[in-house]
Amino acid sequence: MTALLALDTVSKRFRGLVAVDRVSFTVPDGEIFAVIGPNGAGKTTLFNMIAGAMASDDGLISFAGAPIDRLTSDAVCRRGIARTFQIVRPFPALSVEDNVIVGALLHRRNVYAAREFARALLRRLELFDKRNRMASTLTLPDRKRLEVARALATEPRLLLLDEVMAGLRPTETDRMVAILKELNRETGLTIVLIEHVMRAVMALASRVLVLDHGIAIASGSPAAIVRDPAVVKSYLGAEMA
Amino acid sequence: MIARFAGGLSRRAALLLAVVLLALLIAPWIANDYFVTVLILILYLAYTGQAWNIMMGFAGQLSLGHAIYVGLSAYVAAVLFTRFGIGPWIGLLAAIPVAAACGAIIGFLAFRFGVAGVYFAILTIAFAEFARIGFDHLDVVNASAGLFLPVAQYAHNDLWRLRGDPTMFYYVILAATVLAFVLCRALRSSRIGYYWLAIREDEQAARAAGIDTFRYKMYAVMISAAVTSFGGVFYAFFYNNLFPEQVFNISRSIEIILGSVIGGVGTLFGPILGAFVLTGLAETLNSAMLYFGIDLPGAKQVFYGICLLLVVVALPNGIWPWLARRLGVAEDSR
Repeated sequence: MTALLALDTVSKRFRGLVAVDRVSFTVPDGEIFAVIGPNGAGKTTLFNMIAGAMASDDGLISFAGAPIDRLTSDAVCRRGIARTFQIVRPFPALSVEDNVIVGALLHRRNVYAAREFARALLRRLELFDKRNRMASTLTLPDRKRLEVARALATEPRLLLLDEVMAGLRPTETDRMVAILKELNRETGLTIVLIEHVMRAVMALASRVLVLDHGIAIASGSPAAIVRDPAVVKSYLGAEMA
Repeated sequence: MIARFAGGLSRRAALLLAVVLLALLIAPWIANDYFVTVLILILYLAYTGQAWNIMMGFAGQLSLGHAIYVGLSAYVAAVLFTRFGIGPWIGLLAAIPVAAACGAIIGFLAFRFGVAGVYFAILTIAFAEFARIGFDHLDVVNASAGLFLPVAQYAHNDLWRLRGDPTMFYYVILAATVLAFVLCRALRSSRIGYYWLAIREDEQAARAAGIDTFRYKMYAVMISAAVTSFGGVFYAFFYNNLFPEQVFNISRSIEIILGSVIGGVGTLFGPILGAFVLTGLAETLNSAMLYFGIDLPGAKQVFYGICLLLVVVALPNGIWPWLARRLGVAEDSR
């Protein structure tokens, strides 16, 4: 199976600090892949480099066989990578529906067609009843769902989710997990997620990468990861083991 | 076409729009020349305000130098008319690319080199000021001595050459205002409009949604400049005189903005409503002071200041969103 996303010794430095240090991994088409690690481990920096929001200092990032290192974030999105932001940023003064229409217009020039598609996504993410509300009036869990909907509206092959479970109640987390699983199963969507909520990681991911101080300290199946002494020590803490 | 335009409007909104339009259509029959002249000024500001609103209200790019597009277009059309006898409508065809190109230069410099927000606004002022000072020393257009269009008594209105009485000018600017409204509504509800709003709301998130923000910001500046262009041509042919000091003056740019700010930035009807409220009230004040024999220079500016203050404090989104709710047409004006 060829890799949809491949990172080869990718690094990013901020002045003296090495935020991401020679990280390599590949994500095959259709996989759900999780990146975990303590705060400041470089997870979001890694995402920003993949999504084109930040340039890498070293290494190679390729998507569907082509390098994407030097692309701007809008060009990356047009290639088929959509992302959500850790600190959500919906378009506040637009309605929920219009937020998603913006994404849907990427592959549809016609606004009516985009609206139809947006509504289907809003139903899937259980936001349909709130479609006419202003995005700024939504609760945080709804705003996170809206970000996912807007990202999906661009019809990506790869979805990057930056802590979409944070701040959700356990039942809401389970709903989101179910929705993502369904999407992955039905459409073959590849998902890479940064997540602190281990409950979601265990339920979703088939493989996990652990970052600590910018270094990939472990990778493998979720079950193997939670038993890895290095991971337990640096991130999960003794009580998880 | 009317049916298509009214499509998506509630019956109530369509009725209100029809009443307003009808009132504007018959206004010159019942009003005197002074009143018609005031209405022309109002509609001119409503027109240019709508053009400015494309850039700021839709795409979120603050221009404080829209006078440059008015001035350039006015001069292009006026020079073609006085030197070569080319009429204003052909002149407009020449003025539009000039204004759009000027917008493209400003936009390119700003967006390519990451000049944004307040700094972008300052850049637009700088360009307008360059133009003012430049034209003040440009002999081809009579420099600071000013350019005059021949004024003669016309037996009849000449629409093709835009020579005639105020009533003719009134209908011309009314038609332009209506067309600009239709254009803005079409833009706003199309793909480009959605992209502009996304950029206005959060440029980084817009890019993450795959929008080439540079390109769409360029479109906004160029379309806004091109639409403003007709305002400049109209200005030249209505006032018949052009002085760089006046036409490129920053107060011209501010004048264009005020109506939209009062009426509601980013709304379709706000710039029109704002022009009526602001200029309408200011002229009423003027007439009242004249009537009572009060001579207070600068009263109009103070009045503008008070209006702005009241709106900023009481209705920070402008009068129109509030009025639309009152009229029960808020859904239509979204």
